[in-house]
Amino acid sequence: MSRKPYIRTLSSTSWWLAQPRYIRYMAREVSCVLIGAYTGVIVVGLLRLSEGANAWAGFVAAMQTPASVVFHLLALAFALYHTTTWFNVTPKAMPLQFGDTQVPGSIIIGAHYAGWIVISAALLLLAGV
Amino acid sequence: MSLRTFELEIMRYDPDKDSEPRFETFSVPCEEDWVVLDAVNYVKDNLDRTLSYRWSCHMAVCGSCGMMINGEPSLSCKTFMRHMPDKIRIEPLANFPIERDLVVVMDDFMDKLASVKPYLVAKEKKAVEDGSYLQSPAQLKKFKQYTLCINCTLCYSACPQYALGEGFVGPAALALAHRYNLDSRDVGRSARADVVASNEGIWECSFVGACSEVCPEHVDPAGAIQQTKIASTLDYFKDLITPGRDK
Repeated sequence: MSRKPYIRTLSSTSWWLAQPRYIRYMAREVSCVLIGAYTGVIVVGLLRLSEGANAWAGFVAAMQTPASVVFHLLALAFALYHTTTWFNVTPKAMPLQFGDTQVPGSIIIGAHYAGWIVISAALLLLAGV
Repeated sequence: MSLRTFELEIMRYDPDKDSEPRFETFSVPCEEDWVVLDAVNYVKDNLDRTLSYRWSCHMAVCGSCGMMINGEPSLSCKTFMRHMPDKIRIEPLANFPIERDLVVVMDDFMDKLASVKPYLVAKEKKAVEDGSYLQSPAQLKKFKQYTLCINCTLCYSACPQYALGEGFVGPAALALAHRYNLDSRDVGRSARADVVASNEGIWECSFVGACSEVCPEHVDPAGAIQQTKIASTLDYFKDLITPGRDK
């Protein structure tokens, strides 16, 4: 009897198609690309704003094209997915224990959502919406 | 008790005869209360005595009967046949070399587990007559969840970072390191940091979270690794602000 361990190979490009949980993970990772692209759009908007009224009007017009609307909807969907998936795992990364009592995960997650709502409302108020 | 017949498609590999694994199908009449391990035992006892696999306790304690059951890393003693479709594919745990049939080579895991010093590093070694190291229930609660690991390595089978990343220490070993780091009686954290806080340690993990989903004891290794990342980052900044601080 001899030893001859067999090593199975895993495709470095298609491994994530094997399980729905891997696909969900890749969707979460890919979401940062959309968020990065959206950040780029915001930076361009600020640059246009600094260049004067005409440049800003051009930027606003570009934002109203169908392609831009589709991009923003897509970016919003991925941003929401990114945010909720990370909020939902916060009790794993930041568990809280006071004395003998562990704070339930639902409270830690709820606090993040509450913070999100408060900050969003404050920003909308500041923006005069 | 009623019998239901299942088709078991079992991966076979004989290093003396086979150049690569193959599947062999067995027809197994199963009783209502059988688990997959019972069905595999039926094959061994009645159909093919050469079938090789590991098992011991049959009650989700020893952690030795892990297999891929329809593509999912599972303890075969904890997976009931009555929840299974008529055809079941059974393979050795993914991400490990196959020794023979359903037996995998676990040397890499054993080496990595030992590398994180998964034992109590006490400040001063006590003689037996000096009594035990005391700990309050609140101190125990901080890490008790991580003591439940049975080293079944299902988490390694579920982890794409272990499969793809060269040298990743892996979920169970890092969860056990965290277990001892959180222990109020332990002072081994800085001794473990060389491995735990290295690139091959916690930083190789991108929080896929599959390890925690398949863990049969709900240890949550993914959570342990993220907590260690936060603690390690805080350590870095503390060292930056107060060099040579007492750890």
